[in-house]
Amino acid sequence: MAPPTRRHRPVRTLLWLGLLIVAIFGTIFAGTKTSDATWTPNLALDLEGGTQIILKPVSEDPGAITDETISQAIEVIRQRVDSSGVAEAEITSQGRNIVVALPGTPSEETLDLVRTSAQMEFRPVLAVGAPTPTTADDAAAPEPTPSASAEAQATDGEEAAADEGAAEAAATPTPTPSASTPASDTPSKAAPDNPSDVAYYVTPAVQERFDALDCTDPANLTGGAPGAPDVAYVTCDPDGTSKFILGPVEIPGKNIDSASSGLRTTSTGATTGEWVVNLEFNSQGTTQFTEVTTRLQGLSSPQNQFAVVLDGLVISWPSLSPGTIISDGKAEISGGFTRESAATLANQLNFGSLPLSFTVQSEEQISATLGSEQLQKGLIAGLIGLILVVIYSLFQYRALGLLTVASLIVAAVLTYGVITLLSWTQGYRLSLPGVAGLIVAIGITADSFIVYFERIRDELREGRTLQAAVERGWERARRTILASDAVNLIAALVLYALTVGGVRGFAFTLGLTTIIDVIVVFLFTHPMMTLIARTRFFGDGHPLSGLDPRRLGVDTARYAGRGRVVTPTTSGKAAKKDGDRVPVGVGTGGGATTSSGPTIAERRAAARAAAGDAATAPPGATEPTPDAAAQDEPRTGRTEGSEH
Amino acid sequence: MAQGFAQWGNDLYTGRRSYDIVGRRRLWYTISAILVAVSAVLLIKPGLNPGIEFRGGSEFVVSNVENLDQQLAIETVQQVAPGESPKVTTVGGQSLRIQTAELSNADVEEVQGALAEAYGVPEGQVTTSFIGPSWGADISRKAITGILVFLLFVTVVMTIYFRNWRMAVAALIALFHDLIITAGVYAGVGWEVTPATVIGFLTILGYSIYDTVVVFDKVRENTADTLDQSRFTYAEKANLAVNQTLVRSINTSVVALLPVASILFVGAFVLGAGTLRDIALALFVGMLIGTFSSIFLATPVEVTLREREPAIREHTRKVLAARGRRATGAADDEDAEALAAATIHSAGQLRPGAHQGVAAQPKRRR
Repeated sequence: MAPPTRRHRPVRTLLWLGLLIVAIFGTIFAGTKTSDATWTPNLALDLEGGTQIILKPVSEDPGAITDETISQAIEVIRQRVDSSGVAEAEITSQGRNIVVALPGTPSEETLDLVRTSAQMEFRPVLAVGAPTPTTADDAAAPEPTPSASAEAQATDGEEAAADEGAAEAAATPTPTPSASTPASDTPSKAAPDNPSDVAYYVTPAVQERFDALDCTDPANLTGGAPGAPDVAYVTCDPDGTSKFILGPVEIPGKNIDSASSGLRTTSTGATTGEWVVNLEFNSQGTTQFTEVTTRLQGLSSPQNQFAVVLDGLVISWPSLSPGTIISDGKAEISGGFTRESAATLANQLNFGSLPLSFTVQSEEQISATLGSEQLQKGLIAGLIGLILVVIYSLFQYRALGLLTVASLIVAAVLTYGVITLLSWTQGYRLSLPGVAGLIVAIGITADSFIVYFERIRDELREGRTLQAAVERGWERARRTILASDAVNLIAALVLYALTVGGVRGFAFTLGLTTIIDVIVVFLFTHPMMTLIARTRFFGDGHPLSGLDPRRLGVDTARYAGRGRVVTPTTSGKAAKKDGDRVPVGVGTGGGATTSSGPTIAERRAAARAAAGDAATAPPGATEPTPDAAAQDEPRTGRTEGSEH
Repeated sequence: MAQGFAQWGNDLYTGRRSYDIVGRRRLWYTISAILVAVSAVLLIKPGLNPGIEFRGGSEFVVSNVENLDQQLAIETVQQVAPGESPKVTTVGGQSLRIQTAELSNADVEEVQGALAEAYGVPEGQVTTSFIGPSWGADISRKAITGILVFLLFVTVVMTIYFRNWRMAVAALIALFHDLIITAGVYAGVGWEVTPATVIGFLTILGYSIYDTVVVFDKVRENTADTLDQSRFTYAEKANLAVNQTLVRSINTSVVALLPVASILFVGAFVLGAGTLRDIALALFVGMLIGTFSSIFLATPVEVTLREREPAIREHTRKVLAARGRRATGAADDEDAEALAAATIHSAGQLRPGAHQGVAAQPKRRR
């Protein structure tokens, strides 16, 4: 047989695999030293228990709390929890409350994801004051030191005036002065000139509330439901350093298209150490934002400031210097974020705000719903199954079965390492269905080896030497393995991207095991196979190797080149043992009597022999097979050459 | 026996022994149709029995208990509502949370009283409430969207890979066949459908297509040159492919089913109701049916579809006609008989050799 055409370096491939495994476990080791990584994967809610939070909706309007808004809130909470990793949370409604169960001991950021409604709105600043209650005299003393300034990806006033009309219409509030309020809440004017109109919005009643507000009192710093959108609003910042009178809502949070967190970059591209949340508005928000910045940049302090209100508190109030008009719909919020809090806020904004505000009614530890018994028994069952698999493959493939076992062990080591790594970096948690999925993956992983081995056997049956059969079988098995694994990978990617909750966790596990399957077959099974094909035990087809050509039916003469025909010494024995079995060429549709040996010389010899036989025996006497399929098989007179 | 199995595999490969799987497709269609019909009936009555994760249910919280024995709660609930398998969780160190399927008001009061008595607390310390589903409509809706998109993608990918949409269609038919029968068996057994069951069904979704792709890849390989030869029909070449992958199919399904069977055994007989039992049943039935369908349903359906193609139909007609002619003519033509005996058959897997590169050329001795 022809030697392999390309040089394969199986040892080098195996070294790459070793390097990969060392890298995975090295990272985990580094993690345990420097961070909170552990050597075992984290377990999910059903196996480990976790924290149960009961959220009670609060709303001034009791009619707002309906089954529909509750299920909307559940959906948003679920998306937020999913976005923070692949930990499966359990979220249910209980009457009018929402019960969120998170696995393990969730961090403060994760709890914030669940608890806060993240209703963001943008209002103009009308007045800023010191946090303490003030007397009427020194009210509204402007405090001109905003903690942040708009890092405007600002452009010159290039925005089109064409949109102005529409934006005006959207932004102009409808004044609804309530006459019922005892303190004079009636504006001094009939209609505001614009949302920054101090004279219209700051009524005596508003001024009174502003004066009375004490931002040093922690009770006023918890936030909560935001005020009505079309009137002035009095509030604090989360640190209690300032208090504000704000104009009506100019841009509601639903006009935010996407949000991301990152380090602030200056115009030169250098990063400062400050964490910011980057917002991108949708088209309506962009128009509104352009319109607002155009108006505010022309005003004097404090009215040139723009308040970003999150859940009723001003988290940032950048001032716009004259000439700063932001028309590309991008904004950057800096409000003393840490990496975690910036990421949390970006997550919250991405999935929208909750339709209701919630207070945490209780927060308690809960035990595992399944308990350790189920996990333990499940693992024992998996182990029994694995032992059965080992016995079966040794029985089927003899010594080659050991390669299956070794490959499965490599796959198990890789899976364990990757899961442990991901439970540290991605918050992956192993649930009982996940464990079951991993046990099932044994079958799908082993299938790749079976496909490969069967292809090698097929090639051996065609009369190739083991080394050539491994090369040829690999080429064809590789295609099948990649095609079928591609199907699983598509399933994993699509389901991971489009679904939530338990289905998403399943998709993650499926994708993981599929990728590991491909890695193991390419980086372990195939190189090992190439290596062991070079040994005498396998290469010469020892009866226990599972690759014995004689057992695979290659007991006929084989053309070995240069006019020599190799006749295995055992062929006589095999023929005797098989009784009246007549050798058949590979790949016949069944029935026809042939000898396999793809040479012209052999064919002529066979033809002569057959002609001699035909003269003495009645036609069809050599017909060996009683199979149903054979009855209608062709007895063709065509020669091989005319076939293709 | 292994010797026999290897010999059997060898015979299947060479075609000495051949099961006429494609030819007897009417039989397999009938079996599949009956199985699907029975499953459809089982799905309507008694139907699937969704668990509290899908329907919501009743929740009892026993607070300030001294004894946190979870088994006691399960037994107490089962005295009132037999057949119920409540989920018991310890909350905050001194309360027990017990979730059951939705109970009638009378039953709720009875369970409340029984729990109070069992744990020795006043009845006021056992609160009850109704809980909504944790696997809500939004999860189901997104899961269904995801599955539809997946099926669309897979159809496109398979059509491109096999260069033929009929293979994709046949694979999808086999997939629905597997899912319906698996769900039908699950409904027939009557166990509660839990999220673990759904995960099991999803695994079947992947496994069924995976297994079909492996068989189809061999069919594609064998039938690639069908129209360039006139010895075998498309159906015969496809049948040989199925026979040649039979050993692979059997080995794979045994290897895949062994762990599942051991989980099912442990889950059903040692642990009783629970995640392991639910997922293992769905997987066991699904994998068994998936293997059956990829051999006995997918390829025959694919052949049926392909034979509607004019080119294939014409080719089949020609091959059969030529074969008929030879059968009548061969008896008095000894030379043809002789040639037939010596002809080397190749039903697809023999490929012409290719250039092996310069390195393979003989070298001049120096």
